[in-house]
Amino acid sequence: MSYLSQPTLAHYLVLGAFLFAISVVGIFLNRRNVLIILMAIELMLLAVNLNFIAFSRFLGDTSGQIFVFFILTVAAAESAIGLAILVLLFRNIGSIDVEKLDQLKG
Amino acid sequence: MTFATGVFYAFSVVLIVAAALVVTTRNPVHAAMWLVLSFFSAAGVWLLLQAEFLAIVLVLVYVGAVMVLFLFVVMMLDVNFDTLRERFKSYIPVALTVGALVLGEMALVLLGGYLGGGAPPPPAAAGYSNTKVLGAQIYTAYAYPFEIAAMILLVAIIAAIALTHRKRRATKYQNPSEQVRVRRNDRLRIIDMPVEKPDGS
Repeated sequence: MSYLSQPTLAHYLVLGAFLFAISVVGIFLNRRNVLIILMAIELMLLAVNLNFIAFSRFLGDTSGQIFVFFILTVAAAESAIGLAILVLLFRNIGSIDVEKLDQLKG
Repeated sequence: MTFATGVFYAFSVVLIVAAALVVTTRNPVHAAMWLVLSFFSAAGVWLLLQAEFLAIVLVLVYVGAVMVLFLFVVMMLDVNFDTLRERFKSYIPVALTVGALVLGEMALVLLGGYLGGGAPPPPAAAGYSNTKVLGAQIYTAYAYPFEIAAMILLVAIIAAIALTHRKRRATKYQNPSEQVRVRRNDRLRIIDMPVEKPDGS
């Protein structure tokens, strides 16, 4: 059984694909709750990083890992600002429901 | 079945289950905890891929800092999370449809050539240090992007503080620039009045 001999590149890519699909489903399931949407975005970035690291290992190029390093930086900044906006939102409209964000009447 | 494959499947199952629980659990504090578990399992998978530095950074930065931030915000907000889940069940069909679409598209890409496999490259030599290699690359070829990353973090700090900072009107404080700019006329008033004589005339 070749799937059990040694983890290949395909193993990691399939794992990343499943993780990404789960987080997409999560965004649709919790489309009213900003907090869970932020968590699902973190999961998406995790799936992308997994793909980067898998390719970096199997192609023998460390540039992929450096890219992951930068993605982690940007993701940390993104979640910090996202949570700050969330706190501000809660302070102003008393809820974190996406459907209550209709002041701009867009 | 080698030891590495067993470890891979163990971490993968934990990762997938934890990720599924993040997006379906009722309590956001539990969701944050499941997210911590999925980060830990992802770090395990990354160790298997010999990305030791990034695995440690994932645990330190994500579990140690970002998830604590999430927990702080979850506990600070007094939100009734049950009202946010009122129509949860009605979202399930469209969510599963989109998820299946994403998975199907990725399957098409993967079946196009990546599933053939191929043996992984041999493990690195005994003296190889992942951290050292990454550090050497970051400070030479990627020095400029590294500086930009530092700048992004600085901007994020300032933005987060500026967004959430509240000026408290009740507290007394000094405003040095107003104090420096003050004129004599703002503080002192000279009144013209007749001289008071001791005998009252």
